Amino acid sequence: MKTIVTILLFTLTTALSAQTKYFTRNGTVTFFSSAPMEDITAENYNATSVLDAETGAMEFSILMKSFNFKKALMQEHFNENYVESDKFPKATFKGKVLNMDDIDLSKQGSYPAKVEGEMTIHGVTQKIAPEGTIVVKGEQVILESKFIVKPEDYKIEIPDVVREKIAKEIEVTVKTDLEPLKR
Amino acid sequence: MRKKAIFLCALFVSSFAFAQDEGESLLDLLGEEETTNYASASFKTTRIINAQSIENVAEGVLDFKISHRFGRVNGGLGEFFGLDQATIRLGLDYGITDRLMIGIGRSTVQKAIDGFAKYKLLRQSSGKKNMPVTLSLYSSIMVNAQAWANPERENYFSSRLFYTHQILLGRKFSSGTSLMLMPTVVHRNLVESTAIENTVYALGVGGRQKLTNRLALTFEYIYVLPDQIADIYTNSLSIGFDIETGGHVFQLHFTNSLGMMDKQYITETTGEWGAGDIHFGFNISRVFTLKDTREKPKE
Repeated sequence: MKTIVTILLFTLTTALSAQTKYFTRNGTVTFFSSAPMEDITAENYNATSVLDAETGAMEFSILMKSFNFKKALMQEHFNENYVESDKFPKATFKGKVLNMDDIDLSKQGSYPAKVEGEMTIHGVTQKIAPEGTIVVKGEQVILESKFIVKPEDYKIEIPDVVREKIAKEIEVTVKTDLEPLKR
Repeated sequence: MRKKAIFLCALFVSSFAFAQDEGESLLDLLGEEETTNYASASFKTTRIINAQSIENVAEGVLDFKISHRFGRVNGGLGEFFGLDQATIRLGLDYGITDRLMIGIGRSTVQKAIDGFAKYKLLRQSSGKKNMPVTLSLYSSIMVNAQAWANPERENYFSSRLFYTHQILLGRKFSSGTSLMLMPTVVHRNLVESTAIENTVYALGVGGRQKLTNRLALTFEYIYVLPDQIADIYTNSLSIGFDIETGGHVFQLHFTNSLGMMDKQYITETTGEWGAGDIHFGFNISRVFTLKDTREKPKE
């Protein structure tokens, strides 16, 4: 009898904690740079992300080398000269959904979300406060956000020769479909 | 009974402790997914200087190469230190896949035409798949299109042909340092005399050291095994800089070889560094992306 209670309790606790976390390994992060001479887009379909629905804590991690550019040489330069992917392989975000209490993940719908946290790119950490949307669709939780990243804030040097080709403000779009994390 | 209670307590404590740990990084919950990290950009372009590097152009990329070698710097002011004379090779390289590239070229030296294929057999990688080196196979053919040296005798077209085969073995030791070894065979259908070999064996070494992100120092040396070529010929030694600006790579160098095609610089280099028989030269590479090969999102 006691054993059954133990097992029940055990399953219950793990089940409870499992329900509150959501994750993905193939979230989409794209960026767009619009400059007088050239528009550049790059896509990354391998973003890893975890959301703790209980606390609103949220984390993202992406491999810089997984960004795809149309021009192979541009991709090489991005990794070699700008973000220095050998030295700083990942970009991360660690933050919190501030209004998690207003978001009911058990109810279908679209909720505006205020997020605050620290983003690390090129080894430099900056506080950011992006706004986004959390969409609940069945078991899935979809995070969407669009925000601006300035390369100079992350000590990414852009030489004058290519100044006309790379924007000072780069638009980053995040879209991830999270699934419940089961253990 | 008591044991069970302790077990229960321990379970709660441990799961609580675990929950505490989770506060550190949520991503740790997923565990690290091991990926294969392929070494990239071991060299700035597909040539070290004259010799091929272990780099290929990517799939769907066309690389227009303009190579120039001026006269010898010891020509003095009268020859404007060699700048009065220029020899050229114009070339087009294309990536059929990320691992297979082909190219053609035309040079003023011997009015030659060359064509080649290069295939990347092994790729240096770390992580899930571990491979210490990159290994490529390279073959080229060159046609000497000059008028026959002895027009009175019966000449065959095959006498115009020269073949070069190489194994390109390279390793990127750090983000800035890459080194290469190039075992080489050159076959010449027709040679000047019976005293010299039709098939010549050589070993090349090459490397690059990055000075900044956009500037690198390069060198290559081709050692031809003794007693195979005429005494007037010597080994090719070149030293240069790679400078990169957006879509271009400029390679500026000093070399004792005038010819830019494989059999020309490997077996027909006449300049002596010590005597100042040095040619200033440059290669310019301009790439055009002809095909969008970006992967689509996983469903």
